[in-house]
Amino acid sequence: MTVNDSPLLPVVDEDGAPFWEYAARGELRVQACAAPACGELRFPPRPCCPHCGSFDSAWRAMSGRGRLWSYVIPHPPLLPAYAEQAPYNAVLVELVEAPHIRLAGNVVASADAPLNSVDPGRLRIGAPVRAVFCPVGPDGDAEGGATLVRWLLER
Amino acid sequence: MATLKDATAIAGIGQTGFAKRLPESEKTLACRAILAALDDAGIAPSEVDGFASYTMEETDEVEVAKAIGAGDVTFFSKVGYGGGGSCATLGHLAGAIATGQASVGVAWRSRKRGSGPRPWKNTAVQLPAPAQWTRPYGLLRPADEIGMLARRYMHEYGATRDHLFNVALACRNRANQNPAAIMYDRPLTREMYMTSRWISEPLCLFDNCLETDGALAYVIVSAERARDCRQRPVYLHSVAQGLPAQHHGMVNYWNDDPLTGPAWTAARQLWKQADFGPDDIDVAQIYDAFTPLVPLSLEGYGFCGRGEGGAFTEGGALESGGRLPVNTGGGGLSEAYVHGFNLITEGVKQLRGTSTAQVPDAATCLVTAGEGVPTSAVLLRN
Repeated sequence: MTVNDSPLLPVVDEDGAPFWEYAARGELRVQACAAPACGELRFPPRPCCPHCGSFDSAWRAMSGRGRLWSYVIPHPPLLPAYAEQAPYNAVLVELVEAPHIRLAGNVVASADAPLNSVDPGRLRIGAPVRAVFCPVGPDGDAEGGATLVRWLLER
Repeated sequence: MATLKDATAIAGIGQTGFAKRLPESEKTLACRAILAALDDAGIAPSEVDGFASYTMEETDEVEVAKAIGAGDVTFFSKVGYGGGGSCATLGHLAGAIATGQASVGVAWRSRKRGSGPRPWKNTAVQLPAPAQWTRPYGLLRPADEIGMLARRYMHEYGATRDHLFNVALACRNRANQNPAAIMYDRPLTREMYMTSRWISEPLCLFDNCLETDGALAYVIVSAERARDCRQRPVYLHSVAQGLPAQHHGMVNYWNDDPLTGPAWTAARQLWKQADFGPDDIDVAQIYDAFTPLVPLSLEGYGFCGRGEGGAFTEGGALESGGRLPVNTGGGGLSEAYVHGFNLITEGVKQLRGTSTAQVPDAATCLVTAGEGVPTSAVLLRN
């Protein structure tokens, strides 16, 4: 299998690595400033706090609840692994605890269901969703894989 | 404080043909466009001592300078962020010329996107850091990334597909008047638009720019020298770049208000230095890789209020004779997509009075670069 035939795995950088490590444990955590007087959340992660300049950070647990901020339904031409599931949804979710933090993802019928497993007609901006975790890659979440955060529509 | 206002002017423009596939290399096309621009200005290649282009330009200054026979080059600069850099090349060269770092500046863009590869298809190279947060989920292409903002914009402000169609139609109508445009002989109807295939809902085929092979260039000199050149000078009245606070690039999903993009930042700087305002603009060339960028830019550059960009397009406002004729050569949507460089040359044509869709007595033109990415813009006057 060539790279182009597989779904893309996150190309993780140093700042983002903790997010993916927590996701592999089924935890949704967001980087927060660890300066006592500040504590602001920030995303995407970066070396220092844009509010106070502190280089101390911690990864704060989120509830995993959010709302759809927007979404698209991509159609081909796409990379092969995505074209075979198209049309599918790609969404932005604003976190309930921190609406300015928006995570890209997919709304799926269950954690490991295909990207097209939910009828696009069920998607609407503002719809409540909750995070689920899906190991992907050649050997699941083992070496060379990753755990993606996906979203289920709340009833 | 020193100012660049009207200190420099575009003295020459040049371009190759535009096509889905051109046989010559990007380097050859670049040289043809540059030599055409110098000939237009009546300036010898040996006088060129400044260059500017995009970081994404594949032909570098060394290759261009030795091929065209430039003299000793004392200023060269490249601007990042793809289509956001187009007008910034003007600013960099204007600054260099106004401060004596160079006397004849050339900027160019040569691109084989019609027949060449699409950057988003390349999975073998390390992508910029934000990609780890989006690409695994199938947000693969610029159309997907901008489509996300477009749907939110439509949701928040009631903008419709008809508004986006108005943008596509205005560009196509002007292209139908421009023999150099890829879509010269192909009219667009509302039915064609509404029944076309999706690319990334809510964006359809006609919301997306063309993919074109072609090259363009311009020559910039001091205002004084421009008055002795072959063509009527087109002055750089104001030029600005814009990277807003907490902006994240094309995937700008993480600041407080993703629908207030770099256009707002560039616009504040642009108008601050200008002797006139949005109401005084006769014609505009607005970066249109995707139709939603036009209403967003109309808001950013102050032609209407926040959320009013969709409604602004109604009643033929963007057409010839409308409130603000835009993209009078056909733009990226229907003339050619060369990273927005053809919008600059079309602005020059308008102020020379030689556009194929000439706005009568046009004296002021706004040209913008890519909205959504760190951007730039220029006010031209004659």
